[in-house]
Amino acid sequence: MTTDVIQLIASVQSFSAIAAGLLIGLAAMGTAIGFGILGGKFLEGVARQPELSGMLMGRMFIVAGLVDAFAAVALGMGLVLMYAKNPFVAALLAYVKN
Amino acid sequence: MITQTEYINHHMQNLQLNLHTMTIGNGGFWTINLDTISVSVVLGLLFLAFFYSIARKATAGVPSKALNFVEAAVEAVDGSVKENFHGNRLLIAPLALTIFVWVFLMNFMDLLPVDLLPRLMGAAGVEHFRAVPTADVSQTLAMGLVVFVLTIFYNFKSKGVVGLGKEILTRPFGKWLFPVNIAFRVIDECVKPMSLSLRLFGNLFAGELIFILIALMPWAAQLGLGVVWTLFHILIITIQAFVFMMLTIVYLTMAQENH
Repeated sequence: MTTDVIQLIASVQSFSAIAAGLLIGLAAMGTAIGFGILGGKFLEGVARQPELSGMLMGRMFIVAGLVDAFAAVALGMGLVLMYAKNPFVAALLAYVKN
Repeated sequence: MITQTEYINHHMQNLQLNLHTMTIGNGGFWTINLDTISVSVVLGLLFLAFFYSIARKATAGVPSKALNFVEAAVEAVDGSVKENFHGNRLLIAPLALTIFVWVFLMNFMDLLPVDLLPRLMGAAGVEHFRAVPTADVSQTLAMGLVVFVLTIFYNFKSKGVVGLGKEILTRPFGKWLFPVNIAFRVIDECVKPMSLSLRLFGNLFAGELIFILIALMPWAAQLGLGVVWTLFHILIITIQAFVFMMLTIVYLTMAQENH
């Protein structure tokens, strides 16, 4: 392999690393904010009406499942990009081989 | 010795049947994931057999522990259906119970050691095997589509063709903006099964991938991280099964209610 091909691969890999970092980091930030608001409101609700804590706990976990979901999707995509298959590098390698 | 990437890709590969040639391999659209189908059917039959045998043995005397468990599950699900769905629960409540227990069991496959089933099947001569059916998008999308068909059925059943047509044309912006109303309605109905299935798929896929990544670490790190992630994952799989059930109930309620 010549140096310019290696340079190309390195630049694609570096951008992929940034993309994976953004995928995981932004999704984590979103859920962190969401969970903060969710937990805070739950505590507020319980402080106001402690007898409702059981029902509120159930509802909170439902919403937690909703909040959690798309961060998990982004996390999975980021991890696949980092560890399993990098489709961009694979496409570049296929192009170089031809 | 295989590399890290090969190990991960091996675990991400389904056991596929090509329907054109009836051989193992990828056949584009006409492909069946045999591992997903077999594991999910076996788990579904297990659930049905267990609940059926316990329900047959129910007596008026002192209930056994298994009977207590089954009764608690049935009553909890029936209660949350009753809270939301006003009308005949003969279809919805069993559907909700089936979804909850079945999805939970399929998610539970994620807590088995990641190499257990693939190694066992590998010893039996099967090259690829993915143990978690809900980490396969075709399984979750199929379940989402069933809910989608049911919402359409309940829309027609409770409102009739005329009532449903009127609702689609006039909600939410009134009759003069009916093209916008139709577009909104179509998007709304199509997004429901997509988000329902992708939520479950994404959670389980990410969970499985993290288990695989933990399995690649040295054994001392595996012990600690594996225990921590397994404990956290017990919470996740239960919540996701519960959310799938609750959203099914909510969607069917929305379909059934007249505004």
